[in-house]
Amino acid sequence: MLLNVQDVEIAYNRIKVLWGVTLCVGEGEIVSLLGANGAGKSTLLKGIMGIAPLHRGSISFLEKDVSKKRPWEKAKMGVAYIPEGGRVFPDLTVEENLMLIASLHKEAFDVKENLDLVYSLFPVLKERLQQKAGTLSGGERQMLAIGRALMSKPKLLLIDEVSMGLMPKLVSEVFNTLSLLKEYGISILLTEQNVPEALAISDRGYVLENGRITISGNSEELLGNEMVKTSFLGL
Amino acid sequence: MTFGYILSIATFASIYAILILGLNILTGYTKQVSLGHAAFFAIGAYTQALLITKAGLTFWSALPLTILLSMIIGVVMGLPSLRVSDDFLVLTTIGLNFIVMGITEYFDFFGGAMGIIGITMPTIGGKSIGTTGYFLITLSFLLLTICICYLFSKTWGRLAMEATGEDEDAAQSLGINTSIYKMYAFALSSTFTGLAGVLWAHSIGSVFPRNFSFEMSVLFLSMLVFGGLGTIRGAVFGAFVLYILPEFFRFIENYRMLVYGGMLAMIVILQPNGILGRGGLLDRCILRLVKKKAETQEIS
Repeated sequence: MLLNVQDVEIAYNRIKVLWGVTLCVGEGEIVSLLGANGAGKSTLLKGIMGIAPLHRGSISFLEKDVSKKRPWEKAKMGVAYIPEGGRVFPDLTVEENLMLIASLHKEAFDVKENLDLVYSLFPVLKERLQQKAGTLSGGERQMLAIGRALMSKPKLLLIDEVSMGLMPKLVSEVFNTLSLLKEYGISILLTEQNVPEALAISDRGYVLENGRITISGNSEELLGNEMVKTSFLGL
Repeated sequence: MTFGYILSIATFASIYAILILGLNILTGYTKQVSLGHAAFFAIGAYTQALLITKAGLTFWSALPLTILLSMIIGVVMGLPSLRVSDDFLVLTTIGLNFIVMGITEYFDFFGGAMGIIGITMPTIGGKSIGTTGYFLITLSFLLLTICICYLFSKTWGRLAMEATGEDEDAAQSLGINTSIYKMYAFALSSTFTGLAGVLWAHSIGSVFPRNFSFEMSVLFLSMLVFGGLGTIRGAVFGAFVLYILPEFFRFIENYRMLVYGGMLAMIVILQPNGILGRGGLLDRCILRLVKKKAETQEIS
């Protein structure tokens, strides 16, 4: 298993948000994390990245225990995280946003190879290299956020609400791109409100309710599940 | 207005410019707002004063020691910034300012309220260099500081600091050890601020606790915000303008805090990037002039 989350609990100021969550992501898998607002999806991703500290439980990545590792240590091990809204650095140019990590850890990454991959996935970024990231449109920003994460050639990509604030046409485009990443050996764990789009590209999914995982299964099973149908698909 | 007077104003303006360049690294790049930079200034000035008067060192032999100590204390005082952020860091730096002022005021070792006097001018080859010579030394240190800051601004280290300042979580999850970069920023910042303290102590010849009050910290932040956060030109411009203007308009002396405070508020609202910062009032004027010149040259 690439990522193993075991019995994780996370609390903000004594208020428990996650109650013993267990899940896993295999090599080359795309896994969706579904659930309503406030279910704890974003918190779980933050916990895996190490931004939100764990109260209990353990996380292992590539068979190594990483429960206590800081975010930047995990980033160097091959975990990349795209927060909600992309959060690109607005005052830096597109090029600086992309090159920042590669330049700080030259020995670790093949800069040119990664850059070629980013340009082939998002040609529009190549035209905007010298532009400040803050002046990009919402869709371009999201592309830059994904591109920036890919620059470290991650093995696992954690994506929080990638479709947030994008127009429907762009949402399909972004999901198409994500499904392409599989071919480059990148596994993905994503949270999403747009359930049909997410399950269309995922192998498996988990449903998170009030901080607990209530349903799990492969994408077809979830699409056929009565509870998923009524709560998320509006059927 | 005598030549000596102008020389002294130019010397002090250069010293403040070095200090604001130091503050710029911390507050301009990593967005760690410091309202206690007078504390770092005091550490440079007091260390130098003690090394000169008590240990009997000269300007040149004390300088490296003071710079080193300023850097170390800067890192130690920066440690709280790893635990607290934003508004709480501002409060912490204000606290540091009062602690340093308190220590210098209440311990006889630091001269107490009477301060330390008799900090002699540096000598070269056994001869005193006079005010002109001292101005030239200060100016060379300013140019050196500008060079270092310019070279640093071209490195990826500066980008990592800016990324840390803009979005710490995002920077961390990209693999930037934000704690380290904050410490770098504190170290660099306190080094330049300590250097400014050294130059200031020799220039005045004495140091008193009240020279390093919270008011001064407000002045420093005003200078940087006025000129333009995150830019070298803004830092130097802000220091020169806000130091020199009150010298010529002595009548506002008593209302200085009112003027600085009011101006700080106005700038933040009307020119958030500073007068000479990116997209600031003067910045745009200069760009327009340069453009016009280029156009007329093209026509002719």
